[in-house]
Amino acid sequence: MKLITAVIKPHRLDEVKDALQAFGVQGLTVTEASGYGRQRGHTEVYRGAEYTVDLVPKVRVEVLVEDEDAEQLIDVVAKAARTGKIGDGKVWSVPVETAVRVRTGERGPDAL
Amino acid sequence: MNGADTAFVLISAALVMLMTPGLALFYGGMVRVKSALNMLMMSFISLGIVSVLWVLYGYSLAFGTDTGGLIGSFEHVGLSGIGVETLTGGDEGIPVLAFVVFQLMFAALTPALMSGALADRVKFGAWALFITLWATVVYFPVAHWVWAEGGWLFELEVIDFAGGTAVHINAGVGALAAALVVGRRIGFKKEPMRPHSLPLVVLGAALLWFGWFGFNAGSALGAGGTAATMALNTQVATAAAVLGWLAYERVRHGAFTTLGAASGAVAGLVAITPAGAHVNAVGAIVIGLVAGAVCSWAVSLKYKLGYDDSLDVVGVHLVGGVVGTLLVGFLAIDGIGGAEQFGKQAVGAFSVMAFSFVVSWLLAKLVDAVVGFRADEDDETAGLDQAYHAETAYDFSAVGGSPASRGTAGIPDDSATALPSGKGLDEKVDA
Repeated sequence: MKLITAVIKPHRLDEVKDALQAFGVQGLTVTEASGYGRQRGHTEVYRGAEYTVDLVPKVRVEVLVEDEDAEQLIDVVAKAARTGKIGDGKVWSVPVETAVRVRTGERGPDAL
Repeated sequence: MNGADTAFVLISAALVMLMTPGLALFYGGMVRVKSALNMLMMSFISLGIVSVLWVLYGYSLAFGTDTGGLIGSFEHVGLSGIGVETLTGGDEGIPVLAFVVFQLMFAALTPALMSGALADRVKFGAWALFITLWATVVYFPVAHWVWAEGGWLFELEVIDFAGGTAVHINAGVGALAAALVVGRRIGFKKEPMRPHSLPLVVLGAALLWFGWFGFNAGSALGAGGTAATMALNTQVATAAAVLGWLAYERVRHGAFTTLGAASGAVAGLVAITPAGAHVNAVGAIVIGLVAGAVCSWAVSLKYKLGYDDSLDVVGVHLVGGVVGTLLVGFLAIDGIGGAEQFGKQAVGAFSVMAFSFVVSWLLAKLVDAVVGFRADEDDETAGLDQAYHAETAYDFSAVGGSPASRGTAGIPDDSATALPSGKGLDEKVDA
């Protein structure tokens, strides 16, 4: 199994959710996140005092998938999240040793 | 008794009352989440304390029979000698009690104005003690100087129609003195201290603007031409100051900010306060434009000079008050404008500045020596809301709070002494 993690622009979440559903993904976890990539945020001014806000609001989407689906799913997520502008985010995958479905106790791919 | 004037003054008093909660929201939105309630309470407590002081001895010291041009007397302690039928002036006057409640609202607002300079870092009890002393030793005498028969600035014919000197210069300088005694916030100039809610700031500014019609027009103490002039000038000076502030900001910082618009409004209100009854609408626009631009520049001084006037009480109230107080010397249209009047205005402004600075500084030092003015360092870092009020302004999370005694879900329990621990909340908010 693999854990696919995507950190994306908040307003692309719906497109990513739809794409995942179309792909047949059963469940996902969404977290509000902040961070920066190469663009390093923006500047705000309050009564002349300038603040660099370098942690930009993002959304983190996590999906557990079977190994053979991982590469294709990364492409699906990246395509759905893409605007072509700066700050579109990142998608990556890591191996997962085990997963348990809490209600039934099923383990491994059956738990997905 | 003049019924129309009485009704007008009573309604004006209610309008001015709204300014203190308005100020609380104006300041409260400007601070970080962790001490937002404390900021609201610093203003709100002034309504509580000073309203009571005003009845006990404040009115008597400010408006009782003059003693040496410097202070009133104790003849009206507890409002003794003032009955339901007692009128100001002759048969066409208003009840003295209407004047008492109107002026009470000014007395309650003025100490609250200072709280913005001490944001996020003073003990709440120490603040309450400070404003009790400050109202007694600074505000009541200065109000007497400026507005009472026999007060030395009143007799000198210094123009302060509604409180540019007695309220705004006075509070602005007091705030500066107290801020110097208390010192800077932890992280001043290093950490971002962004306003947590600009919508609250705008709401507060709007309530101030609304209430200020009572403050300014009501100071005519009668429903007539002077009140109408003041109402009109209040509106146009404030409008012009919004434009002045935004114009300066756009040129200097490249953006028309919401905080700038709200701050400009308050600067314009402050500046027209002393002057509005003696200028025409065009003069009011000039005063507003100048106040907006000058105050917009003045708020940057604290970074250059290194004092932490957190929410710019000096830059907005002191500078705005000085602008209005001095400009009326030039712009007055009723035959009193000119070099001589300008000189009198300067005497008024600078004498109040000197007195208020010295006495406020001494009072702040006294409070510091007796109870300690500054909040505990850990409390300041974690936020004062939990330390002094056992509350948080916003519940951001379902995680991290539980009833102190399990199973009673917030129902008061005599045996529960622990405060609900919401530690997770503030850490989350400021991460």
